[in-house]
Amino acid sequence: MSGTFIGMPSFPEAARDAVRDTTLRGNLRHATHTIRAKRAGAVAELDDWAQLREAGKQIKDRTLRHLDTHLEQVERAVTAAGGTVHWAADADEANRIVTDLVKATGETEVVKVKSMATQEIGLNAALEEAGIRAYETDLAELIVQLGDDLPSHILVPAIHRNRGEIRDIFRDNMADWGRPAPDGLTDRPADLAEAARLHLREKFLRAKVGISGANFMVAETGTLVVVESEGNGRMCLTLPETLISVVGIEKVVPTWRDLEVFLQLLPRSSTAERMNPYTTMWTGTTDGDGPRAFHLVLLDNGRTDTLADEVGRQALRCIRCSACLNVCPVYERAGGHAYGSAYPGPIGAILTPQLRGTATELDASLPYASSLCGACYEVCPVAIDIPEVLVHLREKVADQGGRGHRLERAAMRAATWLLDHPAALTAGERLASRTRKLHPRRLPGPGVREWTNSRDLPELPAEPFRDWWKKNHE
Amino acid sequence: MTSASSARDRVLGRVRRALADAPEAPEVTRDYLVSHTPDDPATVLDLLHENLADYRAGVHRSTRQHLPALIGELLTGHGARTVVVPPGLPGDWLAGSDARLRHDDGHLTPAELDSADAVVTGCALAVAETGTVVLDAGPGQGRRALTLIPDLHICVVDVAGQVVASLPQALPRLDPTRPTTWISGPSATSDIELDRVEGVHGPRTLEVVLVVE
Repeated sequence: MSGTFIGMPSFPEAARDAVRDTTLRGNLRHATHTIRAKRAGAVAELDDWAQLREAGKQIKDRTLRHLDTHLEQVERAVTAAGGTVHWAADADEANRIVTDLVKATGETEVVKVKSMATQEIGLNAALEEAGIRAYETDLAELIVQLGDDLPSHILVPAIHRNRGEIRDIFRDNMADWGRPAPDGLTDRPADLAEAARLHLREKFLRAKVGISGANFMVAETGTLVVVESEGNGRMCLTLPETLISVVGIEKVVPTWRDLEVFLQLLPRSSTAERMNPYTTMWTGTTDGDGPRAFHLVLLDNGRTDTLADEVGRQALRCIRCSACLNVCPVYERAGGHAYGSAYPGPIGAILTPQLRGTATELDASLPYASSLCGACYEVCPVAIDIPEVLVHLREKVADQGGRGHRLERAAMRAATWLLDHPAALTAGERLASRTRKLHPRRLPGPGVREWTNSRDLPELPAEPFRDWWKKNHE
Repeated sequence: MTSASSARDRVLGRVRRALADAPEAPEVTRDYLVSHTPDDPATVLDLLHENLADYRAGVHRSTRQHLPALIGELLTGHGARTVVVPPGLPGDWLAGSDARLRHDDGHLTPAELDSADAVVTGCALAVAETGTVVLDAGPGQGRRALTLIPDLHICVVDVAGQVVASLPQALPRLDPTRPTTWISGPSATSDIELDRVEGVHGPRTLEVVLVVE
């Protein structure tokens, strides 16, 4: 089985190891820079991007404001179309529902479409405990599963692996899971994709149960939408007799028409394409076409806690495009694993501590995994003000106490006092300038040492700005 | 059902408590464009052609009269000897091909579909700005598996009645109760170093024929 995020160290500890891994940093830099430029081009093609972004934000906000109504509506519509709707308050409930549904079919293996929700709840591990083998079919998820690894990116879970590493993983591990890799497999991406095609083909053709998430579910019609590239999604959504979709309650959109906004925003933000190769839309079950049984599992698992926070609830607008990861200087250097959850990068830094709370050291450290540069907000297709939520969550973490946070609060109080007393500030600045040769590069002392361990102190100028201004402008 | 209905009540109850003090959200402003393309059929068709080709679909223009010959050439050119035929496909479309035809009566198994080389279908709609053909399991398209498993998909677009410029023009013309597949180029992946590679699980070759009168 793939690993688990549980019990991982706090972000700064995990990130320290990651930034020393030069292969990892090279892989991430190459991949994120490739997609950044392409995304900017795809977005620039649409003159009304700003209006689409605003409409996407408003649709999501309005949906969240009336979420109970829309959830009841989607439940009615899916049921009327022949589907069965289940509700899961947390990960355990969702895992139990899915496991029982699979057991009821008598099957011991399932094929899976890449799904953030099932990553979040640890479904594969729960299925394995029940003796059910879950085959990941997305190429990157396959790389992660075969490598007994963890996902490190929302869109491309194996972004931390380069082609050579992927070749080795396929060559060494495919045979343990089914059809072995072809002899003499090269590291050409086309050959690697072909190896995945051959490996998974037999699994698709015999699959009786498919498990997916969904990008959107339309309340008025009960339609579910899965956006993908490879065709593994179509395989899992079409060929099995039973389909189980685990979907976060925030994925609902009110109307069919709303898709005209999100199907423009998502592919361009995500893979920098005008449209992704395949999108499947289905409503309940259809005689003679696709699965005969369809189960929708509506998942809360911390979403209602997030919804209750007036600043933090905007994180529920997220459509999982991963543009914020690709532009983030912290993500680029620290990698996805350091965030310790299925949701890495800037969105993970605000989503994970809200979904899971901030009781653990890891989750409490996530709101600090940012330089607040704001690039994530700029690219977000639904205008989530990630820096605003980060600062808000930092306040909450600081309020819950802990040594480092008490020191930070003391420092902030001192700074506030200084800024309120200009004479003291001026005197302090002059003193600092005149003694700058004596300043250390690192500061000693509890709390402060940790702060400067990962930062160089800025050099002070020869004279305070206010003195320079006075001299030159009077 | 006791525990299931109580989970439902718990989730909905939490949603309502979370929103108890939330301010009303503004109505959605839809001031984005209905289309990004001049309202001229020839321009829209050229854009569709260009965008399909940009994502590595083969694109061909044909008259209705020449269509059977073109489909025959495409099948032969790809070495396709067995062709899946969805119910309702116009009878003459395959008149120019000597490939073996497998008419789907709903009973072809995935393994049987896997042994076929190609499938020929119509479509419900094509979207120029995104280079997309949309199938909705209507006549001449068949169930979703037919266009998924064979490695070559030849899709015929009736330019006069099936081409729209944009997504806002496409959605009102589709029926949400039908299973719908949006296809933009052949199967692809960006999973290796975020670089696009064509050809994974879906048909590795997509040939789109634009039929103009």
